[in-house]
Amino acid sequence: MEERQDTFPRLLLHHARVRPNHPATREKDLGIWQTWTWAEVAAEVRSLACGLAAQGFRRGMHLAIIGDNRPRLYWSMLAAEALGGVPVPMYQDAPAAEFVYVLNDAGIEYAVVEDQEQVDKLLEAKPQVATLAHIYYDDPRGLRNYEGVTSFARLQEIGREFDRAHPSFFDEEVAKGKSSDVSGMLYTSGTTGKPKGVCQTHGAFIAAAKGGAEFDRLTASDSILSYLPMAWVGDHLFSYAQWLWCGFTINCPESGDTVMTDLREIGPTYYFAPPRVFENLLTQVMIRMEDAGRVKQWLFRHFTDVARRCGAQILDGKPVGALDRLQYALGDVLVYGPLRNVLGMSRIRVAYTAGAAIGPDLFRFYRSIGINLKQLYGQTETCAYVCLQPDGGVRFDTVGVAAPGVELKLADNGEVLVRGPMLLKEYYNRPDATAESIDAAGYFHTGDAGVIDAGGQLKIIDRAKDVGKLAGGSMFAPNYLENKLKFFPHIKEAVAFGAGRDEVCAFVNIDVGSVGNWAERRGLAYSGYTDLAAKPEVYALIRECVEKANAELATEGDLAASQIRRFLILHKELDPDDDELTRTRKVRRGFVGEKYGVLIDALYSGKARQHIETEVKFEDGRRGMVAADLAIEDAKTFAPQAKAAA
Amino acid sequence: MTRPIGDVVLALESISLSFGGVKALTDISFDVREHEVRAIIGPNGAGKSSMLNVINGVYRPQQGTITFRGKPRRDMNTHDAAAQGIARTFQNIALFRGMSVLDNIMTGRNLRMKATFLEQAIWWGRARNEELEHRRKVEEVIDFLEIQHIRRTPVGRLPYGLQKRVELARALAAEPSMLLLDEPMAGMNVEEKQDMCRFVLDVNEQYGTTIVLIEHDMGVVMDISDRVVVLDYGRKIGDGTPDEVRGSQAVIDAYLGVAH
Repeated sequence: MEERQDTFPRLLLHHARVRPNHPATREKDLGIWQTWTWAEVAAEVRSLACGLAAQGFRRGMHLAIIGDNRPRLYWSMLAAEALGGVPVPMYQDAPAAEFVYVLNDAGIEYAVVEDQEQVDKLLEAKPQVATLAHIYYDDPRGLRNYEGVTSFARLQEIGREFDRAHPSFFDEEVAKGKSSDVSGMLYTSGTTGKPKGVCQTHGAFIAAAKGGAEFDRLTASDSILSYLPMAWVGDHLFSYAQWLWCGFTINCPESGDTVMTDLREIGPTYYFAPPRVFENLLTQVMIRMEDAGRVKQWLFRHFTDVARRCGAQILDGKPVGALDRLQYALGDVLVYGPLRNVLGMSRIRVAYTAGAAIGPDLFRFYRSIGINLKQLYGQTETCAYVCLQPDGGVRFDTVGVAAPGVELKLADNGEVLVRGPMLLKEYYNRPDATAESIDAAGYFHTGDAGVIDAGGQLKIIDRAKDVGKLAGGSMFAPNYLENKLKFFPHIKEAVAFGAGRDEVCAFVNIDVGSVGNWAERRGLAYSGYTDLAAKPEVYALIRECVEKANAELATEGDLAASQIRRFLILHKELDPDDDELTRTRKVRRGFVGEKYGVLIDALYSGKARQHIETEVKFEDGRRGMVAADLAIEDAKTFAPQAKAAA
Repeated sequence: MTRPIGDVVLALESISLSFGGVKALTDISFDVREHEVRAIIGPNGAGKSSMLNVINGVYRPQQGTITFRGKPRRDMNTHDAAAQGIARTFQNIALFRGMSVLDNIMTGRNLRMKATFLEQAIWWGRARNEELEHRRKVEEVIDFLEIQHIRRTPVGRLPYGLQKRVELARALAAEPSMLLLDEPMAGMNVEEKQDMCRFVLDVNEQYGTTIVLIEHDMGVVMDISDRVVVLDYGRKIGDGTPDEVRGSQAVIDAYLGVAH
């Protein structure tokens, strides 16, 4: 019989047959890495699927999945798909109120969650979600006396009984699956408006997984750490679709706080992280280096200089002088190797970053110490798969060339349009939105504005609808400016304003880790974020960053007019709990602009100070007020210069 | 809450304790029931910590009887108390600051280790099996209190709130049937307090551990305790459910002061 590998459950059974004893999933539990082989995972999924079926879960139903990256939650996705159902992973850190919308939108009847925290949130949401009837949990702690919820173990027990009574049920159900069935529904982050459910078929995700795997020659012997939110398309592609396509091993960390240690223990060969993770890692290294002894500091500085000079070229296989090569080899033994080890990146063959722009210094640093960090571009609607950077063609300011099987073109207004097998089937129950984003020729409108450079690589500038004009007529790309600011380690978030105005002003969030450390070294006492942010010394520090950004902008032609004239440091950190950021931590500029209208007025009216009071929501749902008298400062701007010949 | 509160496990009758001329406790009687959360409150110097010290045998009262698990005695002694399943945490953290979190919690298993000093020193035979078993238990506690990320961190480097949690972990590692907590939430911020409350209740619910705690934060005490005993100047001035105690005039006077 010819074996079809066109749905995820079939891929699972394929691996269980071909490599039954190969580790499929690991999880660190009670301090020890527990392993499940492909055959074991297949058995677990089988009992889960049968359990769900016995409890009334039917073809076409949606299964909510909420929690940190736990093996059983990944298996639940497979179980739902085996029955022809659709898993709907949701952001585990969202409060109950945010669950309500998605649960209702997807018409959720069944939910599989990690622990008591999530059960509590679901029970809180339940009165507003008429359909929700069945809740299953993985970790029984604290749930002993709950009624109306069922443990995973019990569900599997029911499943095994059902399986004994209907031994052919599972295989028949898997056989019914089609490649064109919807395999998962991921919700967009809702940067604009309410989140939309993106329906992706088995075929689309498998095409994306296969394309990426061939592009980077992934095999069953690769190993990755699964630590990014399961609701994010990036995790769904790397820890799920590619896991099932390639048959490699996914490793689930012990908890969110142990990721660094777990990364070191596992030493993944394939790694995916948004830029902020790379940034945090580097910040930690830099902070610790400042505490190191003189000799070590000198070694570190000397060899990172060497690496900056020739590391990336060596990685790309370009010609490098013999002396530099020798120095680099020495550096590899003394600095880069140990550093890669500390970062848990000793075994990495390919690392990707995506989701936001990455700072040039940051990007070059990782490449220079021999980590093959690359960028990719894609969105939920395209299975996170549009552009990839080929080995040897890696640049910090582009996102790569069209991935295998993807057609890419630019619209007249610069919007990136893509077509290919990885496109979404539709937005759930939103034919209007589907029609709006997929045109008659089958191209998906990404909403991103980009240019294609001489080397054929795509460069993303901003969201197409965010690109505006200053009153003077020059182009204003707020995201581009914000990223420029965020590339400074002291700046965590920035929000730029200027569309339709004469000049550009910005809000800044300092990075408490980085600035806090800077302050401690100077003996500057502070009590918390608000206090630290208001220090004149900190203002001077940030002004320096803003002015550096301005100096760069002055050389960038049309963008020279976007230099930041005035800025302020916000009194609180922008937070998804206060709706200022999306769950994927993108600034909701419109909302922030409205909420802090009084600050924007102050920026543009030339005031030197402005009082503001803001309500904040704490993690437990309580509310409080943060009040501050914010200083507003001017930054130096520079006369536009012709761009230096590149 | 559905955990069943059982019979009296610890009864203190007419306890009086003095240091020279200072009367720390005068004629105090109260009892603790199985599986309950029992709070001792009172202003500074009321004798709360002395009371805990009497219960686990650090102090020997001059008068009174302590009945623990049906066995009356004049006083407890510390080793006996620990062997009977009473564990405690301290008001001012008493951990080994230079040792890792894991090692600190392992010390909580000390009483349950059977291997001789020599066997342990060469880590051979039953010492080895025993350690693996103890380590498993310790890992359960680490998981329970969500401190996996600091397993290898020396205690001295941890913030105060986490040190408190490690202390609780060490007490839990002894698998106590009764846990004495001396101001488990002192000096914590709101979030840390909430976490600690949740852990205390979880311990009580999951393991059925009887908990006797001293706490200053009235909100916390009223929220998590089943019964409260109130001390003032070494005397008992109130005893009952949080609501009863809250309404008692003597208690209000002791806390808010009264015009004489």
